[in-house]
Amino acid sequence: MYRYDAFDAAFVAERNRQFRAQVERRIDGALTEDEFKPLRLMNGLYLQLHAYMLRVAIPYGTLRGNQMDKLAEIAERWDKGYGHFTTRQNIQFNWPRLRDVPDILDALAEVEMHALQTSGNTIRNVTADHFAGAAADEVADPRPVAELIRQWSTDHPEFQFLPRKFKIAVTGSPNDRAVTAAHDIGLRIVANEAGEIGYRVLVGGGLGRTPMIGKVIADFVSGDDLLPYLEAIVSVWNLLGRRDNKYKSRIKITVHEHGIDAIRDLVEARFAEVKPEFSGVDQEMLAAITAQFAPPAFAERSTELFDAAYETDPGFRAWADTNLTAHRAPGYAIAQISLKAHGATPGDATADQMRAMADIARRFGHDELRISHEQNVVLPHVHKADLPEIHKILKAQGLATANIGLVSDIIACPGMDYCALATARSIPIAQSIATRFDELKIEHEIGDLKIKISGCINACGHHHVGHIGILGLDRAGVENYQITLGGDHTEDASLGERTGPGFSADEVVPAIETVVQTYLETRRDAEETFLETYRRVGMAPFKAALYPSKDKDTSRNEARANAA
Amino acid sequence: MPRQFTPKVVTANALLEGDVVYLAADGSWTRELSRAELLTDEADAQIRLIDAQARVDEVVGVYLADMTEGENGPEPTHFREDFRRTGPSNYRHGKQVTA
Ligand code: SF4
Repeated sequence: MYRYDAFDAAFVAERNRQFRAQVERRIDGALTEDEFKPLRLMNGLYLQLHAYMLRVAIPYGTLRGNQMDKLAEIAERWDKGYGHFTTRQNIQFNWPRLRDVPDILDALAEVEMHALQTSGNTIRNVTADHFAGAAADEVADPRPVAELIRQWSTDHPEFQFLPRKFKIAVTGSPNDRAVTAAHDIGLRIVANEAGEIGYRVLVGGGLGRTPMIGKVIADFVSGDDLLPYLEAIVSVWNLLGRRDNKYKSRIKITVHEHGIDAIRDLVEARFAEVKPEFSGVDQEMLAAITAQFAPPAFAERSTELFDAAYETDPGFRAWADTNLTAHRAPGYAIAQISLKAHGATPGDATADQMRAMADIARRFGHDELRISHEQNVVLPHVHKADLPEIHKILKAQGLATANIGLVSDIIACPGMDYCALATARSIPIAQSIATRFDELKIEHEIGDLKIKISGCINACGHHHVGHIGILGLDRAGVENYQITLGGDHTEDASLGERTGPGFSADEVVPAIETVVQTYLETRRDAEETFLETYRRVGMAPFKAALYPSKDKDTSRNEARANAA
Repeated sequence: MPRQFTPKVVTANALLEGDVVYLAADGSWTRELSRAELLTDEADAQIRLIDAQARVDEVVGVYLADMTEGENGPEPTHFREDFRRTGPSNYRHGKQVTA
């Protein structure tokens, strides 16, 4: 894993020193809130509904054990004993006090972490496939290039005051687990016919108010052209992007307004200008970074212990069936630790749980942990022989929920329980849905089903790309939930379609149950997933089940609308 | 016809802790909505707001929030203010602890 060099360490220390002084000046009245706000945002400090919130970057979702331990310490010492992992692979602390934040940042720096560029109109934390370096289907590990992009974009002088925030995601596998099509720039590592590694570049994806699937701007950009190409894209948008209207400022709107072909031409022209400025130093740096991401030394061991536990322990078997993914090394597995215990807050982990996960990573997992955008924790490299022991430890910590990819593995943004921008709550809806399906004991029968919930149009909960998406709105002073179906976050990304009028907080869980029941009744067989069924039969049966009494009215209205 | 003025309280977040606070009749900041001053006169509310906004070393994000008069002081008319008064619904560790 990447280790800070002297430059990184000095840079973070200097920024922390500056921020400490800024906080002092705010507290003693020398800075007004208007002056202070942009400064605190540059350091990841927000003011939410009930308290400040500190957003800490976890670059490409990768953590070492001692870093997770430090997050636990921060949670305990300066927060309320827990942290919230987000869809951006970051962690948020919901209750820091202003005076303590400089100390928290110094504590983070001790383990090479920071909160820089987790806010503001800059290039944000680069996200990546949470199975990077481990997945059996991987072309190349996306983290070295993600780290290179992080270094290039951090404090980049041209890109500190962009039209709006800018998010980049990288996947190294054809199976896109990094939602690259919903980012300002999505990078997919591919091999060309000659077997050379390069990047397919998508641009203009994004969720939020105007959801868009990213468009391919270049099919293959070679490694040494990548940074100049990215610089060209951001620089073209930096000039064209709508600074007059924040709803039109993201690059997805720029691409939409000008068309991908026009943008491509501008980017190519700009690329020709900036390319000579890249002397090749970036490639030397990339080589050095890549060396730091060398895979661990995998051991050859028997998997007998795993096989025995799998045969005899149904709890272990259920967990292994849902929470493990194929690893590229024989005898190894990728294990996901669900932060979605039924009825718990999606993405939250207590300090004790963080320490337990850190400890497991050190003892059994080559000291590596990942945070997934699905708000779970990943042990990327564990030997199968160790899994029974790992499972036992997880169980003791309430971390052994066997539900990865199932209906209760819900993404939920903080919503109106914390977020100042929210129009409705998301967490209690997620809690109720998970609890309900746990009671029904049918989630394994339902199979692969992703529910994603956002508490406002900003779509931090990725609801547009959920198989079932839920969007919380404020309808005349009452929480109201819109349901979308058929979204997909993978390489075949698609946006969900609205079912119709929204549901009140009381109605939404039964409505989801209706959708799932309709799926179960409609699917060809147990092999056909929710998404496949939806793509085969479309919205009609779900609509009919959700709005039975209004059926006639709706068809009459539609007929009238069609006639008009 | 001018819109009828609905009662309000002055509210903000405390600068140091970030807590939700309300302006009490004696000009102090209270963490309990029940102790907040319910402002029923528009001109009065505006003056209280302007004065509160000047207290930049105590609070952040001052605004007027709609309320009605309840048995135990002001009561929120919108769910957002209700959540601000109580704290998050997933844990009892916001204001619920002391309530
Ligand atoms: S989707 Fe809206 S409510 Fe949810 S975290 Fe994002 S901004 Fe807040």
